[in-house]
Amino acid sequence: MTHYGLSGTVSLEGERLIDPFVLSLRTGWTALLGPSGSGKSTLLRLLGGLQCEAGFEGSRNGAARVGWMAQSDLMQPRLSVLHNVMLVETLAGRNPDPARARDLLAAVGLAGYEPRRPGALSGGQRQRVALARTLMSEADLILLDEPFSALDPATRQTMQDLAHEQFAGRTVLLVTHDPAEALRLCDAIWLLKDRALHPVAALDGSKPHDLADPALAITATRLLDDIRGAV
Amino acid sequence: MTRRLRPLLPFLALLLVWQGGASLHLLPAFILPSPGAVLQALWTDRALLTSHGLVTLGEVALGFVTGALLGVGFAILMMLSPVARMNLRPLLNASQAVPVFVLAPILTLWFGYGMAPKVVMTILLVFFPIASGLLDGMLSTPQQSLDLARIAHASRLRELIWLRLPHALPHLAASIRIAVTYAPTGAVIGEWIGSSRGLGYLMLMANARSRIALMFAALLLIVAMTLILHRLADRLLQRVLSA
Repeated sequence: MTHYGLSGTVSLEGERLIDPFVLSLRTGWTALLGPSGSGKSTLLRLLGGLQCEAGFEGSRNGAARVGWMAQSDLMQPRLSVLHNVMLVETLAGRNPDPARARDLLAAVGLAGYEPRRPGALSGGQRQRVALARTLMSEADLILLDEPFSALDPATRQTMQDLAHEQFAGRTVLLVTHDPAEALRLCDAIWLLKDRALHPVAALDGSKPHDLADPALAITATRLLDDIRGAV
Repeated sequence: MTRRLRPLLPFLALLLVWQGGASLHLLPAFILPSPGAVLQALWTDRALLTSHGLVTLGEVALGFVTGALLGVGFAILMMLSPVARMNLRPLLNASQAVPVFVLAPILTLWFGYGMAPKVVMTILLVFFPIASGLLDGMLSTPQQSLDLARIAHASRLRELIWLRLPHALPHLAASIRIAVTYAPTGAVIGEWIGSSRGLGYLMLMANARSRIALMFAALLLIVAMTLILHRLADRLLQRVLSA
């Protein structure tokens, strides 16, 4: 089976942003941690083939169909919830199946919300619609750019669980600045710091990891120190 | 009720000052007729005013609709074709600096004394704000939204229909509100330069015959027409935008 991934160097305005690196993804969740400005979102955008300021030299093994969730839910305010779920398929010109969109809305707990406008939904509900929209394209590679960071703690946990359940069996790359989130969800973790990718040991056991496990809090705190460069 | 009528108070005060000035003969009637005299002209010459008013309204409607359609079409063409955008956008921006009114004598020279030069004048006044307003709106679509198009490998046309046009609707609405008030001005100035019909022609004709009250009545009709068009456009746009 193919491993999605990215390898090479990244530069920004003529200056090296990331030294030669190899990022290879396995099925399941991989986290990309790092301080802001380290270039973790840039790597994600490069892998997804999205426009970005940075220059990339190297090779990319992306998927034909990519799922994309960002911090902003990217709802189109004039479209109904149902049409927002089908938006990426519509943009792709693939004639989306409304019955499937309804099923996905039900799967993310929003059955009956089809005719509503995104403006009438809470932030958490809108991110659920975004999740359904991402599931709609049946992509094998899912790219997540801090999709849970704007949510309140309780909603964030619910969304993490839901996303983990729904994206089962796919290759997911999660960019986050929250070590606890990375440890809770991911089987592989990379720390992008000082222009290089450093592997970080993930927690053992099934994911999402139990938040009550003291090991999670301790490891997260240590990782946070790493990110801040205090150690 | 009082709250709705409150904005009318300043106009009422102005009207009183006007009537007061006229009653005291501060200015001779051939300079400033009294509001009463203008009202009387509106009534006695209603047939004349209506027939000329309909001509102007026809020019405005035809010019506005054609100009708006051309403007929208041009903006979409420039959005879909980078080559067209590269070549036409500087032209569009520069053309904003041309005071279109100075073209009126040339338009009359080219299109004669009939309806055509007035319609063309109105088209020019309406076209530019709508074309550039819509294009700027579509170009300002946030990158985050466009990411979805990129992820979907969307064609330019689909990206335009589903992301750029919806984002640009408020920009387009603002341009239409401006254009709708320009339109009557374009038609009337066209009529001033050379015509035998329309409210602009009627104003000049009344002036030449010292029927100043009639001239004011025609002016009043033009103002009323512009206000009503603006109001209609505003209502319509609000309905479309909130839908």
